[in-house]
Amino acid sequence: MKRLGLLAVILFGALLVYGTTDFPDWGDPSSPAATHLSPYYIQHSLHDTAVPNIVTAVLADYRGYDTMFETAVIFTAGLACLFLLRVFITPKETEASGLYRHRATGITLRIGQGGRLPLGTREFERIDSQWVPYDLIIRTACSLVLPFIQLFALYVVAHGHHSPGGGFQGGVIFGAALILFAISHNLRTTLKAMPEKRTNILTGTGVLIYVGTGVLCLLLGGQFLDYAALAGLLGVDPVMARSHGILIVEIGVAIAVMAVMVSLYYNLASAGHMDEGL
Amino acid sequence: MIWQLEFIILLLVVVCAFAALKVRDLLGAAVLFSIYSFLMCLLWAIMGAVDVAFTEASVGAGVSTVFFVAAVFRTTRRSRD
Repeated sequence: MKRLGLLAVILFGALLVYGTTDFPDWGDPSSPAATHLSPYYIQHSLHDTAVPNIVTAVLADYRGYDTMFETAVIFTAGLACLFLLRVFITPKETEASGLYRHRATGITLRIGQGGRLPLGTREFERIDSQWVPYDLIIRTACSLVLPFIQLFALYVVAHGHHSPGGGFQGGVIFGAALILFAISHNLRTTLKAMPEKRTNILTGTGVLIYVGTGVLCLLLGGQFLDYAALAGLLGVDPVMARSHGILIVEIGVAIAVMAVMVSLYYNLASAGHMDEGL
Repeated sequence: MIWQLEFIILLLVVVCAFAALKVRDLLGAAVLFSIYSFLMCLLWAIMGAVDVAFTEASVGAGVSTVFFVAAVFRTTRRSRD
């Protein structure tokens, strides 16, 4: 069976490589895409949308419908992972294994089901079953770079009009910053700062911002996702309205992607229990 | 771009892909996959697709590696395959 699989892979791989010989050469100016589609974007995108980065203009304006469903795909993927991984019923075993460490002496207490802490939580800290000692250098270094990573993520989202970047990349970087926080501290601290419920709501909010912008254009008399219709609402001319419309949907994409990344990490790192993890 | 350098990167991409399949240690496979993504990111940047390179660097080399490591942390490190 394994040999048969290998044979099939080699056969279809060879077919795919053979198929690429029919492709136009890389950077070929006489290829169909370069003769019909690209010149229009290169000549008109700045004039139409006031966005210097053609990739962003194509992605969020001319092909905004595709990007909307890409965001919907990410939303659906996050939802699917949530349903697959999340354990909604806490088993008795994990419920009982609340491990608490006394800060001063390092003695670990195991609080059983229905048990309570003897001295209040100030003296004791909740620890994971695989306890990792407190590391000053890692925590301080990560806390130091975190604001800059988040600021960079916001810059990537907001500056997508002028430089490479946009909603997807900015959202992923922002999510990565929160994941770094979870790795350098622990999952419970992160869950306090960014509760699971909030990530789930934000995932839907991001998609709703995108779709809502499209519907708003529809209501204001334009076509679906034709941001020029927002001109009256934003108080700018139609060309700038398209530029602002791109920014609005990019923010929606960023929120959705960020929330999905964080939610995925929560589910993977805690095996769906949301109590302790990497 | 110097074509020899591109060729070396492309060769390393293929080597990393096979190594990630062959290696028994799943954590090692995750790291190899991260290297693969980063080299792909370099290739995208060489070809002028900077936006794609940016996405590959952040998603492929960054976050997905963390996801793999988290999955390995919660399951098993040795591959039985």
